[in-house]
Amino acid sequence: MMKDIEQEISRSRRAFIKKVLGGTIAGSLLLVIPAGAMDLKSIPEQIPGMRKKKGPFVTGKKFAFIVDITRCIGCGSCCVADKNEYQVPDGNYRTWVERYVIDDEDNVYVDSPNGGLDGYQEPRKDLPYPVRDTFFVPKLCNMCEHPSCVQVCPVGATFQTEDGFVLIDYKRCVGCGYCVQACPYSVRFINPETETADKCTWCYHRVRKGLLPACVNVCPVQARKFGDLNDHESEVYKILHQPHVISVLKPGMGNKPSLHYVGLRREVV
Amino acid sequence: MSPEHGAAVATALTNYVFPNDIHVLWSLMIVLYPYITGIVAGAFIVSSLYHVFHIESLKPVSRYALVFALAFLAFATVPLLNHLGHPERAMNMMLTPSPTSAMAGFGYIYSAYAVVLVLEILFIYRPTLVALKKRARGGMKLLYGILTMGSDNLSPEALRVDHKITAFLAAIGIPMACTLHGYVGFIFGGVKANPMWATPLMPVIFLLSASVSGIAGIILSYIIIRKYTNKSIDMDCIRTLIKFLWGCFILDFVFEMLELFSHAYMATHHWEALRDLYLGPLYWSFIVAQVGIFSLIPFVALGILSLVKLSDKIVMKWASILSFMILVQVLLMRWNVVIGGQLMSKSERGHAVFHPGFFTKEGILVSIIIMALPIVFLWLLSKVFPFWLDDDPAVERLSA
Repeated sequence: MMKDIEQEISRSRRAFIKKVLGGTIAGSLLLVIPAGAMDLKSIPEQIPGMRKKKGPFVTGKKFAFIVDITRCIGCGSCCVADKNEYQVPDGNYRTWVERYVIDDEDNVYVDSPNGGLDGYQEPRKDLPYPVRDTFFVPKLCNMCEHPSCVQVCPVGATFQTEDGFVLIDYKRCVGCGYCVQACPYSVRFINPETETADKCTWCYHRVRKGLLPACVNVCPVQARKFGDLNDHESEVYKILHQPHVISVLKPGMGNKPSLHYVGLRREVV
Repeated sequence: MSPEHGAAVATALTNYVFPNDIHVLWSLMIVLYPYITGIVAGAFIVSSLYHVFHIESLKPVSRYALVFALAFLAFATVPLLNHLGHPERAMNMMLTPSPTSAMAGFGYIYSAYAVVLVLEILFIYRPTLVALKKRARGGMKLLYGILTMGSDNLSPEALRVDHKITAFLAAIGIPMACTLHGYVGFIFGGVKANPMWATPLMPVIFLLSASVSGIAGIILSYIIIRKYTNKSIDMDCIRTLIKFLWGCFILDFVFEMLELFSHAYMATHHWEALRDLYLGPLYWSFIVAQVGIFSLIPFVALGILSLVKLSDKIVMKWASILSFMILVQVLLMRWNVVIGGQLMSKSERGHAVFHPGFFTKEGILVSIIIMALPIVFLWLLSKVFPFWLDDDPAVERLSA
């Protein structure tokens, strides 16, 4: 009797190991063999008309990014999506989310631990006075109409496309860091792995294929919006042409950002 | 909780730095770059004071100053190349420059200046080089042959042409030396995103500090080399150099303080962040060291040395000490501008911290090596170009 039980246990162990091994192999194959989901045509076009366009750069479009700070909940999903999309080295940020807290004495406290990557799960407990107001501000490349980075780049590695993107040619960049110094918004950094300048691209590679930027896609509260201002049906066009409280960061710099904020507060720099 | 305590806590808590601003990207290499180019520009100006403005008392150092400038010029780009993420692409700045970049012009200005400086040295030294060529053997004879450009003609007519050429080169060299360093100041002064750098005074301050560092470098190295080689020191020359050093330093220091005063007086929204920077991370390096010790003391002492009749011994001793202090002052100024400017986050709500590494790629050891290279090269140059008229065979021959 005892022997039968032992045999049964041994048999189930072997079966268990077989199943695990089988599962592992099958799982690995799934990683190796391109899945059907990789086929671009099966994903609906999120930006109308992009896939009809030929060539690397798009003409006839004027892209804009809108961040609605009245919606942002500080979950950090955008930062996670961005880090996954680009494998951004730790300690550098293509996008980040700031937490603003204003107390009864009008003191403004700002923080962004790990760029907001972990989400703001706990309220700040280290403040001396009662809190009056709090909000989150996601930051990313402002894609300026008059970009300082393009102006100062000594080799033309940072350039502006006709559709309003400011991009970097990583094969030309010398890594001098002048653009990092010149950017009023500190969205640039020297990537320690490539030793070239790096920054948010508004996911140009996705946009060119008719997909929204990764951070826009994952935002659970639609605080990040992206679209073509020449398309009057686009959400960004409608928001910018309706009576919202809209502003840009550091307007006095004269850079004319294409990144707009809905509900921007004067405390935000 | 008392309100005072609350305010103190609030100040500490409001220190917010943009996440990418934690890295101080331009470190010691970019401190050394304007320091070295400044010494080059300043030394050239010393030489021009004799060659163009005929300040006769500076004759003993007039040729040495040019060779000294060349020794530093040869290594001005080394810290830059060490700093670049992709130094192998550095030539792109000259081959495919972006015309809007304040940085893209450096290669051209630097190269043009190098050509003028080398030609100036070769023409001024030509009689000497011809005399040395006649004495030399083997490799040195070949080297002098190249340096004399194949011409041994020392006829009065040829020397007159030489003199015309050197006067012309020295004359265009002055605006070029000023452009070189004023331009380096503009590389910083043109960064509108950085309120500490973005001032039209920046090129002026860089140029004036370049002049003082060059003059101080000449005084100190002249005294050290002459002492070390047991040669007499021309006190008239030292006294004249000290007067120029004082004059330039008055302008330099006054403009540096005016810049700070303007920021404080206008008190725009940037001032709060700037004040916190000067009184916080830059307190020791700027307020105490740069201004308190290495500016105020030389400012007063150079005045005394220039105006009061003192013995040669005292003048020589204090000329060395004060020149050394001025060289430290300018280095501190470069540090406080380059590093200080980056410590203030563009959030204008806080500042980063910076401690240079010792053995890192752009650390203290590499900086020491880079600063030693021009001195070693100067020693090598001394084997080819006699610094002083008293060991110049051409002078011996002419006077004999």
